[in-house]
Amino acid sequence: MSTLLRLDGVGKRFANGTQALDGIDLAVAPGEFVSLVGPSGCGKSTLLRLVSGLDNPSTGTIAWDGGEPGQSDIGFVFQDATLLPWATLFDNVYLPLKLGGVSRAAARPRIEEALVLVGLADAAKLLPREASGGMRMRVSIARALVTRPKILLLDEPFAALDEITRFKLNDDLLRLWRDQNWTVLFVTHSVFESVYLSTRVVVMSPGPGRITADAPIRFMDPRNADLRTSSDFATLCREVSAHLARAMAA
Amino acid sequence: MNRAREMFVDVAAPCVVALLFLTGWEWIVRAQNIPPYILPGPILIAQTLWTDGPSLMNSLWVTLRTTLAALASATVLGLALAVALAQSRLIERSLYPYLVILQVTPIVSIAPLIIIWVNDVFLSLLVCAWLVAFFPIVANTTLGLNSIDRGHGDLFRLYRASRWQRLMHLRLPTALPYFLAGVRISGGLALIGAVVAEFVAGSGGAESGLAFRILEAGYRLQIPRLFAALLLLSLAGILIHAVLGFITRRILRGWHESAVSDGR
Repeated sequence: MSTLLRLDGVGKRFANGTQALDGIDLAVAPGEFVSLVGPSGCGKSTLLRLVSGLDNPSTGTIAWDGGEPGQSDIGFVFQDATLLPWATLFDNVYLPLKLGGVSRAAARPRIEEALVLVGLADAAKLLPREASGGMRMRVSIARALVTRPKILLLDEPFAALDEITRFKLNDDLLRLWRDQNWTVLFVTHSVFESVYLSTRVVVMSPGPGRITADAPIRFMDPRNADLRTSSDFATLCREVSAHLARAMAA
Repeated sequence: MNRAREMFVDVAAPCVVALLFLTGWEWIVRAQNIPPYILPGPILIAQTLWTDGPSLMNSLWVTLRTTLAALASATVLGLALAVALAQSRLIERSLYPYLVILQVTPIVSIAPLIIIWVNDVFLSLLVCAWLVAFFPIVANTTLGLNSIDRGHGDLFRLYRASRWQRLMHLRLPTALPYFLAGVRISGGLALIGAVVAEFVAGSGGAESGLAFRILEAGYRLQIPRLFAALLLLSLAGILIHAVLGFITRRILRGWHESAVSDGR
């Protein structure tokens, strides 16, 4: 199996002496949807920051298939939408391309495509504060997609949204992933969300953050609301929850 | 309906207060037979404003010219200096103490020096007013440039924004509300600076501003004229404040909390 990304013995110690991560080995294949689940403080967000290059690991290596990622190879959806409040939704999606030196005219078709993908084609001219929380998160996803990244990193993107909006965005994300053939690394603290979305769930434990379980999730497509109430789904959730309970007890 | 009523109250209530105040003032002046060279009544002041208006308007224009020139140069140079300070901690730390010293030194005490050093009268007044006005813009804009949201900072780092891109597309827009607040403070200070400088310079002739007219009227015991000049000065200050407030709200409309109306 080919890998897109390989972490070998990655550890992170912060300047204040906190050991956030220790001995992380993880390989991600192209097209995988990997969820990182764990209690708060287990370093899952830190792991995402290391993969994105926003922070550097203290120990170990992060290797990419085909060399170091370029300016447009990583899409990152943060916990908050982090939209620029003074720019329209269109200009917010344009930002990564603008920083990459793409002219507005040349970027327009790609921005419009990204806005259509997240269902916001008609809202391009709004300012962020005129949009709802769910819309802002969609814009944030569109912004991460617009560069056509090799990998999409999502850091608890839906944690602040209500359940109905979250389910809707989960389904949208699944549809996009299936249609576009992306590789996704998804951080969440929700077992249900991770089982519903992923092809693989990685469970982490805190103090320092380590990987304690790595479980494949094999469901038939399409995943939909029926799956959420099926007994297979319940069984898997119970398994992952048990891993998580062990991780927290450790 | 409710909105119209609220606006009516906003206008009417201060007007009622003004009317009561002016009536009381006029009544006391008349009842106590206070001579006009001690305290003129509002009616006499209004008459004086009408008769002396043209000559005072000329002086008002002189003062306003100094004020606006000082505000404009304070805005441009203040912004430039703030951007320079924000380039590195070292620059900020080396220069900031001197800016503070410049700011806390009373302008009255250095105005005579400036007037001696700078030959041109207009220019010397401009420098005085500028010295008073530019600090709030520098201080506010520097604060704004350093107040970028952590998430936005990560975003710009993720996409490998250059220093220049970071400044143009992140730091300056973030600093805009702070900068505008600084300009609003400086608008009032520029007028105060211009008036103080005129007091110190005390130059006569056709090119003298309102402050000199106030001094002159005081010496001549033309107290109604003094009050009329004072009134014009206040009106100029209110006008500057209102215009800058209007511009600020127009620029920030829609995205900044301070400029978004409750209706939305």
